[in-house]
Amino acid sequence: MGPLSRILFGDRVSWLFLVLLAAIAIILPWLNLTQPPDSPWYVSNYALNLWGKYLCYALLALSVDLIWGYCGILSLGHGAFFALGGYAMGMYLMLQIGDRGVYGHPELPDFMVFLNWDALPWYWYGFDQFWFAMLMVIVAPGLLAFIFGWLAFRSRVTGVYFSIITQALTFALMLAFFRNEMGFGGNNGLTDFKDILGYDLQAKTTRIGLFVASAVALALGFIACRYIVTSKLGRVAVAIRDTEPRTRFIGYRVERFKLWLFTFSAVLAGIAGALYVPQVGIINPGEFAPLKSIELAVWVAVGGRGTLYGAAAGAILVNNAKTWFTTAAPEFWLFALGALFVLVTVLFPKGIIGLLRRRGGEGS
Amino acid sequence: MSDGLIRRDRVFGLLAGEPGRAERLRERVVARDRVFGFMERFPLPETEVSIDAGTILYLEGVTVSFDGFKALNDLNLYIDDGELRCIIGPNGAGKTTMMDVITGKTRPDSGKVFFGRNTNLLTLDEAAIATAGIGRKFQQPTVFENLSVFHNLELSMAADKGIWPSLTWRLNGLQRDRIDEVLELIGLDSQRQDRAGALSHGQKQWLEIGMLLTQNPLLLLVDEPVAGMTEQEVEQTAELLVALAGQHSVVVVEHDMAFVRSIARRVTVLHEGHVLAEGSMEQIQNNPKVIEVYLGAADADG
Repeated sequence: MGPLSRILFGDRVSWLFLVLLAAIAIILPWLNLTQPPDSPWYVSNYALNLWGKYLCYALLALSVDLIWGYCGILSLGHGAFFALGGYAMGMYLMLQIGDRGVYGHPELPDFMVFLNWDALPWYWYGFDQFWFAMLMVIVAPGLLAFIFGWLAFRSRVTGVYFSIITQALTFALMLAFFRNEMGFGGNNGLTDFKDILGYDLQAKTTRIGLFVASAVALALGFIACRYIVTSKLGRVAVAIRDTEPRTRFIGYRVERFKLWLFTFSAVLAGIAGALYVPQVGIINPGEFAPLKSIELAVWVAVGGRGTLYGAAAGAILVNNAKTWFTTAAPEFWLFALGALFVLVTVLFPKGIIGLLRRRGGEGS
Repeated sequence: MSDGLIRRDRVFGLLAGEPGRAERLRERVVARDRVFGFMERFPLPETEVSIDAGTILYLEGVTVSFDGFKALNDLNLYIDDGELRCIIGPNGAGKTTMMDVITGKTRPDSGKVFFGRNTNLLTLDEAAIATAGIGRKFQQPTVFENLSVFHNLELSMAADKGIWPSLTWRLNGLQRDRIDEVLELIGLDSQRQDRAGALSHGQKQWLEIGMLLTQNPLLLLVDEPVAGMTEQEVEQTAELLVALAGQHSVVVVEHDMAFVRSIARRVTVLHEGHVLAEGSMEQIQNNPKVIEVYLGAADADG
């Protein structure tokens, strides 16, 4: 079996997932463009935007499942990589505003004018270029994950200890990004974006473009992850997850495999963040909040670990529920989330996907 | 009490020799045609290890202590190239610690450990030691339970075990044949696609031995290979280890004396982290120090 057929046809549900994703990417924008607002099939701009966000979350969940579900590395700080990718994109969008800001300064973003800065800090150089910002979307989370992972895995920090230090990582970054002196807009973060690559962010076509880009990114991310988990490298990851010492004794450098997977996963999370920011129009230090990263682990657990599509489905389902709850009964959302997590962990340790599989198995 | 009984049983096995079983085993092992001749068609991987001197493993003055307890105490051990060596000793003699030191899991407080003349094992990590050509089979069978039997063998197969080669890995025909042959040999051919976790205890032991075969190391360290095996499986394991010796060097730690007698040319007795005696089974059995240690241990228990 060649690699392509292995990825696409090796597993029926994965194939189904890609087909569904393609359908969503085509049908939702089509309904949004063609149906009149009073039609039952009409997809509002709001709904389309919401689904664009879900797709970004699904990519983020995918990145967590790759390392948690397949390699046993539970990162409770993946929100940090998502936020870093988001900030890199936000910096580009910020510099596209030009003199259209409140203060009308031709070069400096509003918050810098407000802080009485007279020049761009050096680390903002280059972010007016799209290609450079996109490079940073990959490099910033990737480099942080590489350095952090290198220190942690080399010292053989595993299990719950690793999870705790990832929480500390994202918490430390949150505190740092809250500071005005850091030069990332402090508390308010980066917002008031106007356009991307010259296209107005409020325009319908731009929004559809971003939505489709998110779907494509999710599909490519899914295929890349499938390629990894169906390769021997994926089986080494599973071996590490199940019996790490044994894997060393047959000659695999466990820490390098972990480091590589962790870095790749962080890059995926960063890309998800970069696509998320122009769709929601803001990035602020709240994205680094430890709770966000924990929530993200809940999506994956609810969907089902170690299947990839389970994580994506979990992200979409839980966020749908969240949207519904936060409009219908906002005060109950956190309780519902907690209850969901407890129920899933106790009753269906393999998540919704595991439950469906069991049903399917009984049926046939 | 029951533990004491078991040990006493071993002692009497050692001294009296349980003649029927051991001889039976040995005869079959020697008499049977070289079932495992196929091993020769798979040459050992290229190695940097220098074995010109005829000795493949040197342990000199190795001491390991855990919280003041000396698990190994000035241990000196030399394994010849192509040798099949059995290591016996009462519980706590340091057999497993010795394996841990050789495979890089435990760093000794002092001493030298060389693989061949030129490879200092104390400077290498577990993966590098495995790559240099040392394979290990654990006391408890540890296979990758969530992978198929086939993939277990594939994973341990000698190859470049870096990240990129693993990502782009594809089995070639020769490697596939090799896995097929090993599957046949370990009797798991019809279960090749089964999850390794679904195998019985004995089958897991065999799978682990199969993993050693695909790994094809210069030196095999085998910890209690026949625990939990049936008489017939014990016999097959004995055959296999004898067949492997020669081209490979094999170090076996085992409690089953009949098994040891059926395969061993040379036996080393460890006691309190030190080599107590070394020689043929005959010499060992008549060595007063050995008799004292074993009887003493049994008496203390009883």
